[in-house]
Amino acid sequence: MSRAALLEAHGLRLSRGGRVLLDGVSLQVLPHRTLALLGANGAGKSLLLRVLHGLIAPDTGSMLQSGRPLGARVRHAQSMVFQRPVMLRCSVRANLRFALHARGLRGAVRERGIDEALALCRLEPLADQPARSLSGGEQQRLAIARALVPAPDLLLLDEPTASLDPGATRAVETLVNGARARGVTPLIVTHDVHQARRLADDVVFLAEGRVAESGAAREVLAEPRTAALRDWLGGRLPDA
Amino acid sequence: MASVSEAFRTAFGLIAAADAALVEIVLLSLRVSLAAVAIACLIGMPLGAAVGALRFPARSVLSVALNAAMALPPVTIGLLVYLLVSANGPLGPLALLYTPGAMIIAQTLLVTPIVAALTRDVTAALHEEYREQFDSWQLSPRARVAALLVDGRFRLLTVALAGFGRAIAEVGAVLIVGGNINHVTRVMTTTIALETSRGNLELALALGVVLLLIALGVNIAVMASGRYANTLAGVTT
Repeated sequence: MSRAALLEAHGLRLSRGGRVLLDGVSLQVLPHRTLALLGANGAGKSLLLRVLHGLIAPDTGSMLQSGRPLGARVRHAQSMVFQRPVMLRCSVRANLRFALHARGLRGAVRERGIDEALALCRLEPLADQPARSLSGGEQQRLAIARALVPAPDLLLLDEPTASLDPGATRAVETLVNGARARGVTPLIVTHDVHQARRLADDVVFLAEGRVAESGAAREVLAEPRTAALRDWLGGRLPDA
Repeated sequence: MASVSEAFRTAFGLIAAADAALVEIVLLSLRVSLAAVAIACLIGMPLGAAVGALRFPARSVLSVALNAAMALPPVTIGLLVYLLVSANGPLGPLALLYTPGAMIIAQTLLVTPIVAALTRDVTAALHEEYREQFDSWQLSPRARVAALLVDGRFRLLTVALAGFGRAIAEVGAVLIVGGNINHVTRVMTTTIALETSRGNLELALALGVVLLLIALGVNIAVMASGRYANTLAGVTT
């Protein structure tokens, strides 16, 4: 990881109620490479993603995006997609219009963005349907397309396929790969090792709020150095 | 006093014939209550949404105050408005006492806390659902409140209808500040009270039936809006 990082985090620590949830987490997200955050439930993956997106402030630690401290302005270069897609109670098109307006797109640019998003997620025929009447997979595609149209540098995805069937998962992964091809850097949280192998160039494996291993996906997943990652890859259940 | 069956017959006759006095009273009632509810919604909905969704220092105090204000007796509100608009009150120069304007003020004060408190509950629940996404989009407080009001529009229609139901059925406050003056401030509830006390049941019953029909219409509107809201929310059952 010698290239200049798109996002760097150093010594992130977060505790709540006397419990340490993130313990000195440091990582780098390299541009135009998909990074997967891996780990068991409760390892701190989704929490770390929220910290990196500025939704939760860490107790200590620092974050830089493109060399600049992660403030509100810099965060505009990020888009986040949540595990459960959040859709307003209106049509697909109106959802896109609101989201793009919220991201500062106005007038003709916004309308072009709506058409672009509909084409990206292949939902043009359903543009005037209530967004909440779409299937889970369609909603997630819509959420990803909505996140991509403002052309973020970094796309943060929190287990976007956690409750989807294989077909819908494939469609979401196609969108993520397409995003990378457009120059967006995806950072995806997953506990699906097969998905990590399919999508990720780099991985960071979290265990109990710490970075247990990180590096190129092919190497880390092929030759795990820690017992925690070996157990996780082997599907070994933790002790009761 | 006419027998009850005769009174009902005459009452329905008044409705069927669109009796001028009856229509005048019904229209004034609707005008006063709709105006009061419209003003209450303009004030109460943004206020309720702000309390429900935003975090600011006096939020808890305001929330408790809204709950307390919902329980204010209408006659107390009537008395307060009377003091405000009477000749020696701060609004005395406006000569509002015993006018529909005073009745609108009284009903607005009565309904606003109800609208605001119910809006707070609706939008607080919605905001829990959207909070992270809104934070991610870095929405301003104003945009957040506006989005929640638009998103919850069908539930808020129910809130507005609940406020309307409260306003149209209210008697104490409008009696104090309106004075129940024939052709000026006489509304359905005050007329029912007056005519019943006089033993003139026909007009009272006719107005009672109209009130019931309005209540029925409000309920049908609430149900229809709820069903449409469910359709937009993707609820199929």
